[in-house]
This record gives sequence, structure tokens and C-alpha cells, in this order.
Amino acid sequence: MTRDEILARVFAELESVAPGCAPGNADPGVDLHDELDIDSMDFLNFVIALHTSLNVEIPESDYPKLATLDGAVAYLLQKVNG
Amino acid sequence: MYEFRMPSLGADMEAGTLAEWLKKPGDAVARGDIVAVVETEKGAIEIEIFAAGVLNQWLVQEGATVPVGMPLALIATDKEEAATSITAPAPAPEPAVAAVAAVQTGPPPVAQAPLTPIARSAQARVKASPAARAYAREHGIDLAAITPGKPGGAILRADAVRGAAAGPAPARKTKPGLDFDKMRHAIAAAMARSKREIPHYYLSTQINLRCATEWLAGTNRSRKPEKRLLMNVLLLKAVAQAVKAYPRFNGFYLKDGFMQAQGVHIGPAIAIRGGGLIAPAIHDCDQKSLDEIMIALRDLVARVRAGSLRSSEMSDPAITVTALGERGVDGVFGVIFPPQVAIVGFGAPHLAPVAHADGGLAVEPVMLASLAADHRVTDGHLGARFLSEIAALLQEPEKL
Repeated sequence: MTRDEILARVFAELESVAPGCAPGNADPGVDLHDELDIDSMDFLNFVIALHTSLNVEIPESDYPKLATLDGAVAYLLQKVNG
Repeated sequence: MYEFRMPSLGADMEAGTLAEWLKKPGDAVARGDIVAVVETEKGAIEIEIFAAGVLNQWLVQEGATVPVGMPLALIATDKEEAATSITAPAPAPEPAVAAVAAVQTGPPPVAQAPLTPIARSAQARVKASPAARAYAREHGIDLAAITPGKPGGAILRADAVRGAAAGPAPARKTKPGLDFDKMRHAIAAAMARSKREIPHYYLSTQINLRCATEWLAGTNRSRKPEKRLLMNVLLLKAVAQAVKAYPRFNGFYLKDGFMQAQGVHIGPAIAIRGGGLIAPAIHDCDQKSLDEIMIALRDLVARVRAGSLRSSEMSDPAITVTALGERGVDGVFGVIFPPQVAIVGFGAPHLAPVAHADGGLAVEPVMLASLAADHRVTDGHLGARFLSEIAALLQEPEKL
């Protein structure tokens, strides 16, 4: 998958777990919790959605790597394309 | 005949609008069935029934705003059904019985006339059933652009489907099922009453979370994401167990004084994107496993945000738990939600230097826990023991 495809998927999953959170307007370098006002339940649902749709393992210890949009895309790009 | 009434869905609720009947005369109803949908300041709430039988008659039409406690429908309970079926073959009905029968088979009385003093304008917002809202959300339909099938009535799913067929409307980003101004009004009324009537006292303690954090990480390590637990689940279970040992924090302060709640129904405060919060009940939290509480919490959060809560979830919580910690603050001192008598607050888990009894110093995960409680019911002495019990329970997470 390309970077843009991953980014589109990340946006879609964020929109789905937190409707109206407008990830497109978020600063890609800032923590998603603060930037999009998502809580730990939203974030877990985000991880579940990525795990299912991209078929990647995301251990809890890797959560900090998904904290920002830039971080999440880089992490998933590496996971998906191995 | 059992009277199915407009329930009180919170201390601040005076009236509700009957948005939709989900059972009609002749339908069998069982305990716990959802019979109607009521629009309140906190969104559309699904109203459960706590009797079993057959719905005999509607007393209120869809769209009517009625005060709390007013009968909405008559239910022939199972016992009466049995009695009726036995006596039914008896011949020669007396005139009085016939008159009653005539009343009961006649059209439902229009309840609007005597209610006008409190019937408020419901046109300020879109009235729609949860099913209609769900459909509109899925299909990106603007409910405001849809005409209800019945003039002045709520938009039902069929109306939304018809509206969708008529043509696409621009999708709106507003929260379906919730009116933020009304919710703010409801919160203001409840919190002002709390501060006016409840003599709060406040306690706090730092809880060591090393055991809980390690146990949680170890448990989640081998689990797929959908089976993982959140720290909040451990906190809820610890409060539930502590409440069993200290039942004077689990109940309601009513006009005759404190009334202890029957079960341990905890209301986790759930924030709503865009503003406002609701703290609906997770029922029998003390009897649920951590996995079951996680499932219940996930379901509750989803339904709070979709605007589809049930009446028992609104009326049953007997203690509130607020965990603002994940928003990054060290501590939170809650305002009791009347008529409850206590609220437990949890701040952000964070690393801090901890002095041990042997004089050693270590950096460990800790969290500030607080209790705000009603001085009419308990004193700081008992509150301290309750809060300490919560801290102690979190030292042995494997036993929760």
C-alpha cells in the first residue's frame, strides 16, 4: 500500500470511531488524543479497526507509536509493507 | 391493569416527549422490553417496561409532551390475562363492565388538552426515532430536511427511507439525537441543585498503580485488540467492590432521607463530543467480570454517542465515577449528581517518586483518586475508609 492509501484508511477509521472529529484538519505531528479529543475507548476502537482492516498486529506496547497521524502512518506503512 | 408511566430519567427531568411507540395495543410485552422512545434534554431514550402482559391501550399519542409520572399506556398484566381468560366465558355482562369495555376499546383519549401548560415547543429541534437517526446517519441524510409521515410527529425510519429516496441531502456534522443547548440546560439544573442542596465534603488520596498497570499490560499482551481491557474497567470494578463494603455511598437522598440502592449500578461519566456528558448505569457492576464490564462500557459509550440509551440506564445509577485523567489532569473533584450521594474521581495515571515504608524511593505509576460525598449521609471518616478500600482493591487487580 502507498502512504496515501494508508493515510486515507487512517482518516476513515478515525472518522468512524469518532464521527465528526475531522482528522483532515488535524496537525499531523500532534497527539491524536489532544488534537481530535478522542479518549482511550475511541483509541482502542481505532486500533481494533486498523487491526481488522489492515490485518496487522498492533501490540499495546506500540500504542505510543500511533499517537500522532505522522507516527501512525509511518508505523502502519512499515507493518503493512513489511 | 398496570399503568406504564413516563419515567423520571434524572432528577432534573420534568417532562418528556413521546417520540415513538414501539409496541401497539394487542402486543405482548415482557419485563425489560423497550416499549417507547421518549425525547428528553439528554436525547432520545428507549423506555423499558417492568411488567409483563399485553399492551391494552395507548393513553398518549406520539408527539405529546407529558409530565413525569403520567400514565402512557395500560398493560393487562399476565395475572389479569389469566383471570380474564377464565372469566371470559361467563355470560350476561353487567352494564358497568360493558361501560368499562367500551372505554377501553374506544380510541385513545387525546391527552393534549389538559397538558398545554407544560407542552413545550418541540419544533425547535428535529424529532426522530433512534432507528430513523441511525438510518439517516448511515446514509448521510439531513433529518431536518425530512417531513414526518404524521404532521407534527417524529420522523420514523420509514420517513427517513422515503426522504433518502427523494434525493440526497448534504450530510451534517451535528450530533444526532442530542441538542447541546438542552443538554447544557439539564446539566446546569442538576449541578445547580447539587451545589444548592448537597453539603459536599471532599477527600483525595494518591493510589499506587504499579500492580494494576503491570497486571493490565500482562493481560493485554496476549489478547487481540478487541479483547483488551482499559484501566477504567479496573477502576469501575474496584469502586463496585468498595461500594459493597460501604453501601452508604450507594444510593439516593430523597425526601425521607437516604435510601440505599438495591444493586451496584455505577454510572461512568461519558463525555459527548461537542459538549456535555451523561453518566448512565452499568448494571450490577459488582457481579460482572472485568471482561463483562469492558463489553458493557464499550456498548454504553457507543450508545451515548449514538443517542440511544435506555430508561433504566438513566434512572438507576446510584454512584458516579468520573475518570478525567485521560484528558491529562492530575485530579478531579466531582459535583454529586442528585439524588446520588457520592462521586468518585480519577486523575491521570502518571509516574511519580514514591517513598516506601523501608525508606527507599522509587519512580512508580500513581493516580490521584478523589471522593465527593454527601455530608447528610456520611462523614469524612467513613469516606476515608471507602476511598482507602478502593486503593487497596487496586493493589490486587487479579482479584477484581
